[in-house]
Amino acid sequence: MRGILAVDAQLKTELQRQGIFATTLQELYNWGRKNSLWPLNFGLACCAIEMIASTMARYDLARFGAEVFRPSPRQADLMIVAGTVTKKMAPQVVRLYNQMPEPKYVIAMGACAISGGPFKQGYNVLKGIDRFIPVDVYIPGCPPRPEALIDALLTLQKKIDAQTLTGPNQPRCADAAAPSEFLVPQFGAHDLEPPQNPAVWHPPLVQIAPAQPVAATQSTAGAHES
Amino acid sequence: MSPERSANMDVEMVRAALAAAVPGCQVEIIANSRPAAQHSLLVDAEHAVAIAEFLRDDAALRLDYCSNVTGIDWPMKDGGGYLEAVYHLYSMEKKHGPLVLRLRTLDRVAAVHLPSLAPVWRSAELQEREIFDLFGIQFDGHPDLRRLLMWEGFAGHPMRRDYVEPDDYEYEPTAHETVLQKAQQHQREAER
Amino acid sequence: MTSMTTAELERQQAEMGFDDGASHLLEVSMGPQHPSTHGVFRMDVVLDGERIVKLKPVFGYLHRNHEKIAESETYLGSMPYTDRLDYLCSLTNNWGYALAVERLAGITVPERAEYLRVIVAELTRLQNHACLIGFLLQDMGASGTPLMYAFRERETILDLFESLTGARMMCNYLRFGGCRVDATPEWLRQAQQAVEAFPKFLDEYEQLLTGNEILVARTQGVGLLPKDMAVQAGITGPTLRASGINYDVRKVDGYGIYDRFAFRVPLGEHGDVFDRYMIRLLEMRESIAILRQALREIPAGPVQDARTKLRGFRPKPGEAYARIESPKGELGFYLVSDGSANPYRYRVRPPSLINLTVLEEMCLGRNVADVVVTLGSIDIVMGEVDR
Repeated sequence: MRGILAVDAQLKTELQRQGIFATTLQELYNWGRKNSLWPLNFGLACCAIEMIASTMARYDLARFGAEVFRPSPRQADLMIVAGTVTKKMAPQVVRLYNQMPEPKYVIAMGACAISGGPFKQGYNVLKGIDRFIPVDVYIPGCPPRPEALIDALLTLQKKIDAQTLTGPNQPRCADAAAPSEFLVPQFGAHDLEPPQNPAVWHPPLVQIAPAQPVAATQSTAGAHES
Repeated sequence: MSPERSANMDVEMVRAALAAAVPGCQVEIIANSRPAAQHSLLVDAEHAVAIAEFLRDDAALRLDYCSNVTGIDWPMKDGGGYLEAVYHLYSMEKKHGPLVLRLRTLDRVAAVHLPSLAPVWRSAELQEREIFDLFGIQFDGHPDLRRLLMWEGFAGHPMRRDYVEPDDYEYEPTAHETVLQKAQQHQREAER
Repeated sequence: MTSMTTAELERQQAEMGFDDGASHLLEVSMGPQHPSTHGVFRMDVVLDGERIVKLKPVFGYLHRNHEKIAESETYLGSMPYTDRLDYLCSLTNNWGYALAVERLAGITVPERAEYLRVIVAELTRLQNHACLIGFLLQDMGASGTPLMYAFRERETILDLFESLTGARMMCNYLRFGGCRVDATPEWLRQAQQAVEAFPKFLDEYEQLLTGNEILVARTQGVGLLPKDMAVQAGITGPTLRASGINYDVRKVDGYGIYDRFAFRVPLGEHGDVFDRYMIRLLEMRESIAILRQALREIPAGPVQDARTKLRGFRPKPGEAYARIESPKGELGFYLVSDGSANPYRYRVRPPSLINLTVLEEMCLGRNVADVVVTLGSIDIVMGEVDR
């Protein structure tokens, strides 16, 4: 794709000097998407205050084309999950995400949105919003500073800029087979049903240091024997 | 400790006043040895509403403001244990308080009924709903006893000491001990 | 956007008296995602045209089990969690909790730490009230400008917090028996500067807003809260005082060293949204008076009681309830100790939740737009409502 359509960079600058703009559809498409990300006006908890602070005069998110916070998901491209997602709120978050039109992106802002954060032990706390919807950028912090949110936005812009119109790195909206809506969990007796969407998330393969070395050695030995 | 301008209530005096005003009521003083010395009055459920109305309306007490209402689960006490509702009362008019009222259920399973004091102090309305939700005390006479925080259809009362939380820690490379133990348990199961 | 099943909805509609399709009443779920609802608050409202017929708040969308987690944390370990209750006012939350533990264990606080507590608490009050007015005006449709002014001032105060405590929002600064670190003379000088600059901002704010015709029209006579109803429903803080009840825990309890400070308690007359707005402005001016006095009188000395063991802290069995005047209202902490390192029961008395008890009465018969303004004037933070 790039080989056929990309214009030689040197030639492009030369042409620009002459007042001629040569571009590709892909560049134009990415340029448009990345520079007018309209976030959903959607705050969950503490991080929402820092999200608001980042749109105010000192940090001024508007410099990067993302100041138009829309109260309706129908008009938004970017969901900033700013705060703890509780199990009671999770279906609403997924539903809001489903209501957003493609192309759409998600920033998980703060420890809670990533993994449950300090409230991880809570019986009503979802251990990361990526269990139900795909997340593009994660920013750690409790809460992340406004600079971190700006960094997340720039990271997302880079990610969009690197996308191609076809091939494996194409945006999800360009792939007719890719889903645009995701499963909305239902309230169960103690937990959400299902507790995570297996199509989106599965437990990462992380080796945890064994609690009791004796028990761990036994299980490994057993594996060898079989 | 800094001096308190609004002194704690004299619980002996309040008990004497209650005995005179509400015939037949059983009031027991629960002493609190901590420096705060906030002793509380354990009142019987049967007379609780009459006691509450007296405390609110008595000209000398005028405990017109119910600040804090909360539940406590005591599974280990008195054989089967009991649930407790604690009310912290102040007076906005006289500017004194707190007076601590306690109500106890008979057990933790079937006899979990207590009279609601929300008709006496409106501020107990949401807080009693919360106790119903999280501890499972049934407040009789409450205007709108529904779950407050958890969803409808949720089973159990999560603030009880013996509530078993849903096990949703699939992997947790963390320093937090209880979380780590659960995660290791999962890993052992996965290996098996 | 309601999460109810159809059967539940039908049952509720039958309760409300309109189960047939011919009804002219409309049920709207405002929230949990709604641009005006201060986080994830939800109100189920029944409308007759634009008029509110019924309003039921729905809670729990930010219930993150603060109290349950605290039962498995040490006493010190719960301090950072208190930051995240009312996340605009972490330092006053710290104080409420520290005070409860101090009552429980009989801990004394050094003089300088008491002054530092007053200074950070009043700075917190300044930024909370400024932001509240910004959000209230935002709710009224003044998109941007008042909120931007408020956040400009908030940033100067957050700079102070950051240089003192290391964090902008989640300060985790107080400890039982004092404060975590001492303030440098340079910090106190900067605080002095910020305080001295604040009245100018208030004048500017008032000039912009107070006489504004739209603000007056949208707030006067709206969201009325009568005196007796306010007391009965346990309303506290500026919302209570706007209804004309003189009850400020700083005066009533005189906790900390508040009895040494000369300040007035502003009172409202009508209990409407305008009074609640004015109370905030006047309280900020009183906070400035407190801050000036505190910054002038702060003595030298230690900031932490040396006898208090923060780690491995095990108070004897017993219980204590302590309350402070947080910017939202009366913030109480109730602790029950069984002698172990973790509290047996840890309870937060959330002013934001209890101040919503009579929201329905304040809104009935008004328009939807008035609900938004009334809610904005009560000043809630969901972290504290749901905990």
